[in-house]
Amino acid sequence: MNKVDLLSLIPLWILSSAAILNFFSISIRRNHKVIFIITLVSLLVDFIFLTSYSIRHQQSVEPLLVIDGFGIFNIGLIVLTTLMVVMMSYAYFEQREERKEEYYILIILAALGSAILVISKHFASLFLGLEILSVSLYALIAYLRKRERSDEAGIKYLILAAFSSAFLLFGMALLYAATGTMSFQGLADWLAAHREVSPLVWCGFGMLTVGVGFKLGVVPFHMWTPDVYEGAPAPVTAFIATVSKGGMIALLVRFFTTVQGHQLTLLVTVFTVLAVASMFVGNFLALRQSNVKRLLAYSSISHVGYLLVAFLAGGDLGTQAITFYLVAYFITTLGAFGIIATLSDKERDAELIEDYRGLLWRRPLTAIVFSAMLLSLAGIPLTAGFIGKFYVIAAGVRTSHWLLVFALVINSVIGLYYYIRVIAVMFDQRENVRTSEELHPLVYIISSFTMALLGLMLIWLGVHPEEMLTLIRNTL
Amino acid sequence: MILLWMIVILMAGGVLAGIVATWSTVWCRIIALTSVILDTLLIGWIWAGQEVSLQPGATWIAEVNLPWIPSFGISFHLALDGLSLLMLALTFFLGIFAVLLSWNEIQYRTGFFHFNLLWVLAGIAGVFVTLDLFLLYFFWEVMLIPMYFLIGIWGHANRQYAAYKFFIFTQASGLLMLLAILGLYFVHGNQTSVYTFEYSDLLNTPMSADLARWLMLGFLAAFLVKLPVVPFHTWLPDAHSEAPTAGSFILAGLMLKTGAYGLIRFALPLFPGPAVEFAPWGMLLGTVGIVYGAVQAFSQTDLKRLVAYTSVSHMGFVMLGVFAFTEIALQGVVMQMITHAISTGALFVLAGALYERMHTRDILQMGGFWKRTPFMATVSLVFVMASLGLPGLGNFIAEFLTLLGAWPASPVLTAIATAGLVAATAYSLRIMQKIFLGKDSHTHVLPDLSLREKLILVPLAVVIIMLGLFPQRVIDTARATVEISDKQQNTTPVPVRGMLSEKGGNHE
Repeated sequence: MNKVDLLSLIPLWILSSAAILNFFSISIRRNHKVIFIITLVSLLVDFIFLTSYSIRHQQSVEPLLVIDGFGIFNIGLIVLTTLMVVMMSYAYFEQREERKEEYYILIILAALGSAILVISKHFASLFLGLEILSVSLYALIAYLRKRERSDEAGIKYLILAAFSSAFLLFGMALLYAATGTMSFQGLADWLAAHREVSPLVWCGFGMLTVGVGFKLGVVPFHMWTPDVYEGAPAPVTAFIATVSKGGMIALLVRFFTTVQGHQLTLLVTVFTVLAVASMFVGNFLALRQSNVKRLLAYSSISHVGYLLVAFLAGGDLGTQAITFYLVAYFITTLGAFGIIATLSDKERDAELIEDYRGLLWRRPLTAIVFSAMLLSLAGIPLTAGFIGKFYVIAAGVRTSHWLLVFALVINSVIGLYYYIRVIAVMFDQRENVRTSEELHPLVYIISSFTMALLGLMLIWLGVHPEEMLTLIRNTL
Repeated sequence: MILLWMIVILMAGGVLAGIVATWSTVWCRIIALTSVILDTLLIGWIWAGQEVSLQPGATWIAEVNLPWIPSFGISFHLALDGLSLLMLALTFFLGIFAVLLSWNEIQYRTGFFHFNLLWVLAGIAGVFVTLDLFLLYFFWEVMLIPMYFLIGIWGHANRQYAAYKFFIFTQASGLLMLLAILGLYFVHGNQTSVYTFEYSDLLNTPMSADLARWLMLGFLAAFLVKLPVVPFHTWLPDAHSEAPTAGSFILAGLMLKTGAYGLIRFALPLFPGPAVEFAPWGMLLGTVGIVYGAVQAFSQTDLKRLVAYTSVSHMGFVMLGVFAFTEIALQGVVMQMITHAISTGALFVLAGALYERMHTRDILQMGGFWKRTPFMATVSLVFVMASLGLPGLGNFIAEFLTLLGAWPASPVLTAIATAGLVAATAYSLRIMQKIFLGKDSHTHVLPDLSLREKLILVPLAVVIIMLGLFPQRVIDTARATVEISDKQQNTTPVPVRGMLSEKGGNHE
């Protein structure tokens, strides 16, 4: 690793040093506000630094990492998303009495892990990034120790994630045994040279699929999703739904394009089955939920299914569609969980659909933003979600993946039903007033500002996506 | 730019009305009313000033073309020709009454109601003028969500069910149209390497007959559900009967027309070959709709449901006329779109007025109201007669032209459709008989129409009589569009045409 390599990894250094800085700051004096500001500033600096990279940047840090337009874009997305999560966390944790400061260290580390994932081109760095992410998440999910369900969710995630990591490791080992390489490019070369793929390699790919499938929460590896979404604090749920899943998808895209996985028909078939199953199972299970967090969890399962449509379509259009969809989905999910966080009180999160009855008449702006987020998830025009879904369908139609496209269309209609149901409840007349505790006005301002920002971004991308489209196209 | 302004006025008016309602509901209503009146004046001004350019072969009367998402070849392209002009005029004209209708009925969440009302109108107006297929889908959806809320929040007892059903039917069919649009986009792009959603570019896209058939079915799905054509009509009686009066009024008067307009503007010109193949089936579906709707209407006891089924029957004529491929039939369809909007809309207003007074829609509980409400009875008689196709009223012209134009295409189906008119007489007279004639055994306080209701119904009655006596102006306005799309059909070298008509389809 030479000096240029070190310099090109500055975004990662900034994240690591922010974590260490928080560490020292806590050891001197616990102060929520100070930690919050350090975290905010370092994430902001990191993002600003990222924008200084040229979009055509191409720098390999042999043999583990590659920093290219795609990677930079995704790190930027991760950093920005983490920033939003942190902004909505302040109010959320200020209400609660637990020790709040370590939360920020963990979330920075998780972001760091995800950032490593999206620029890795080697199994070693993949695993490294994944474990940094996962271990931080174990703690984050169970962060509210006094809540029983939070603990339960943490343990559940710990056990299953450890299992899936084992699968992943085993898969890597098998591939290494068969091909003698652990870099994506090496694997691609080996596959190109060998027409016949041995069962050992298939086993390896199969194990990898299980591991990745677990992280993405696709059916049939989705069991943890609703419990963890429900048990984790709302901002952490937002983080899992966006940064954790998004990082994995970006990695998957890089892996697949490098090894040209679209030519491995068996693998494509497996992913097609996973995609269709995720869409249908996710949506059908969401239909009967009365808990908004669980509903969004099942909805996220189906959304990963939608993403896989673009993923299987492949090509430039497919990758662009995935990237755009991720951006739209990140904004939407952050917004949705952000609203849940702002409505939550000290004892529990506002997670029952009944908590939202008549919200429009109690807190009109909050309800409108939440409706916009739900409509975006449903893919209704004027929102970013619509352009995203349009892009995904376009990618599917382009490559004539009719089965997937029709599954997507059918599921859009099913999905619509439960999103609309939540909106209908919010617009319902009955009013039961639930007053939340008085907090420092500044706390509200930060949360409202974040929500307003996300709402505006959602509409802006839905009405005027051209700039984002151009940016994404240039990064590839 | 004027087209853009018309839509912006509605959208901005909706937002403003929604905000102002926090302080004053009266001002909210006034703002909503002002914005539709403003649009009506604008479209009237265009209509009055554009005698010349309505001739065949003329370019668009008004056009606006702004780049929107150039990377996908999506532009904000709106254009107005004779047909669009008529439809826009209808939209804004009825929009005024929709606002007036809700003046007393809607007391709950007035601001949000008017926001939705104006946005539905904006979406409908957008569909009538768009020339970009992406934009078509966009507006198609924009009119959907507010309508869902109109039914779901301000509707009658079973409103949630009706709203879901409406939404899911139209959304599913709309998504199929989106697929077809994308299919067309890529077919065109692959062949010309110009990726665009522009309507005029996508016309005459060469493609295999099979593919064209599938893509056309995607478009048809959206339009036939919206129209609605018989096997896909089940959402309509529920939505119509559960919606508030203004909602039913807009549904029947305007939203159904977007389906007919889509057929004429998009489905047929984009896929001339498959459309001709589909024509016998289209006419058959139309005829089935005419008869089925009429029979169903006759057996209803819920007044709004009854009127809803008459819509199904009347929209059958649209199917029949569109797929006859003659100019006369198409003229009839255009007339039908306008006259049905007015007569059925008015019947919904009457149903709403009765409901407001009696709190029931069951016609078995009514009877003998003529003496107590002579004015209402007289006005009702006008619209009921219009609905059964009495000469001298607009609907007669529409149905007559449609049948005349459909005859050369299929004498048998036309004969059956004509028999449907007899059934129309039966159900129409039943309305009069059950409500206004017979024995009055009620103790309700039943005031006659108020000034506001007269202000709504009298202009509608005047228009329907005018359309019956002087239809030429409408026919002239639509001629350019109708001739173009008729010519497109007849120049398509498809042998199947011979099967449809022995004489060939063109009657000048």
